[in-house]
Amino acid sequence: MSTLALQLRGRPAGRPGALGLGISTLWLSLVVLLPLAAVVARSTEGGLETFWTAVSSRQAVSALRFTLLVSLAATAINAVSGTLIAWILVRDRFRGKRIVNALIDLPFALPTIVAGLTLLALYGPTSPVGIDVAFTQFAVLLALLFVTLPFVIRAVQPVLIELDREMEEAALSLGASGRTVFARVILPNLVPAILSGAALAFARAVGEFGSIVLISGNIPFKTQVASMFIFKQIESDNPIGAAAISVVLLFLSLLVLIGIRGLGRWGARHDR
Amino acid sequence: MTVDRRSRILLRVLGLGYLALLLLIPIGIVFYRTFEHGAGAVYDSVTTPAAISAFSLTLTVTAIAVPLNTVFGVLCALALARGRFRGKALLNAIIDLPFAISPVVVGLALSIVFGRGGWLGGLPFQVIFSVPGIVLATIFISVPFVVREVTPVLKEIGDEQEQAASTLGASRWQSFWRITLPSIRWGVAYGVVLSVARCIGEFGAVSVVSGKISGETETLTLLVEKRFQNFDLAGAYAASALLALIALGTLLAMTRINPRRDDA
Repeated sequence: MSTLALQLRGRPAGRPGALGLGISTLWLSLVVLLPLAAVVARSTEGGLETFWTAVSSRQAVSALRFTLLVSLAATAINAVSGTLIAWILVRDRFRGKRIVNALIDLPFALPTIVAGLTLLALYGPTSPVGIDVAFTQFAVLLALLFVTLPFVIRAVQPVLIELDREMEEAALSLGASGRTVFARVILPNLVPAILSGAALAFARAVGEFGSIVLISGNIPFKTQVASMFIFKQIESDNPIGAAAISVVLLFLSLLVLIGIRGLGRWGARHDR
Repeated sequence: MTVDRRSRILLRVLGLGYLALLLLIPIGIVFYRTFEHGAGAVYDSVTTPAAISAFSLTLTVTAIAVPLNTVFGVLCALALARGRFRGKALLNAIIDLPFAISPVVVGLALSIVFGRGGWLGGLPFQVIFSVPGIVLATIFISVPFVVREVTPVLKEIGDEQEQAASTLGASRWQSFWRITLPSIRWGVAYGVVLSVARCIGEFGAVSVVSGKISGETETLTLLVEKRFQNFDLAGAYAASALLALIALGTLLAMTRINPRRDDA
């Protein structure tokens, strides 16, 4: 028997050895960290001044601003409608509920380019109902609403299932209206889940590319989002400019991830 | 009952109406448009040499990326659920990164590392604008799925059975194959299904590194884009319908696996 096998045998079962940890860390470093480090390195290759010039160019600022605004709008709309849909799926009873529940994950399963094409089929130039929003800012919002739909629903659903109904019944028996019960009893319990779902949706929206490509028209200062701007910079052989905006997006993603961790801890503390 | 009948129905109509306008009707129209001119035209359009080559490239890339991420995903999940070590929070954060990063940034990152003048730009074979680049991009974006599905299962089952096996003289391999793996298998399966769907559907990262050479480095999602931009709407719809069918299959697999996962 090799020494490695002997070492493995001697370890208490269930605690992965340094080997497993080492391999997984190496894998992640090679696949994920190395490329991201290269982006950061490339963005500052021409010095901080070049970085700043790239990030503060009018077109870049406008793309970043539009990305943030439209992502916030999509997140806010889906936070409300997602909570509503989660409530329907948990508390309401109707035919075909299981199918509806399964279909919620469709935006996760459907390729983003197909999502864009799909929205164009109903809301584009060939729309059967005559609504054509293609190449407008509203079209970008529509695409983001589509791809971020599941996040809040899937975050709120399990919390709503676990929620103790006795509190609601107590409130009702004390004369509270349905609206009061929702605002004062149900909603406060859901807030951590809604926020963490919304944070994931926001992170996804800020980086979204595939579903926007066909529908936005990529008009600078109007419908150009940050990811499309980066893509154009790569195509016009300006990797430093592309890397600089990418670093801004990376920084945003990190912030959101840290925020979600914090929310998770907050939600856990609120758990009974 | 917290809501009276009328407002209950109003809420139901609102919620389902939103879903219909955003999801169901658009997808229904794509299928209708696809089969508008008969199934024969669709069949011709998804069996052109370019389409077949795109489909087989997509499947090949998926067949490389998913097994790799499954093996490393289970290893990572074991380390995260059972190990106690410094930097665990950091490892956790790194695993989530591919969820939060724009696919275009992923593509850019790979083309900086493996492109002209990059840190690994001098490899003897071509990576960017070639199949290895597509594989790397696909691996990157599908890293988190298996880890994220398996870690909670491992935490929930605990390690008492494994310890029992170990005191009875089982080796680590034996206890992994006979005890750990059977109890996490539905979690792994769920993660694999999600990874497959994500790999087949990847567009942004692949579109940066592929070079889009028809018949060589063109995946199915890139084919959809190209056909759309060449005003071949029917062709784009046909390829999209194929991808949408795969997505529906994914949903079906998810609903099949989900209850078993909860039993474990």
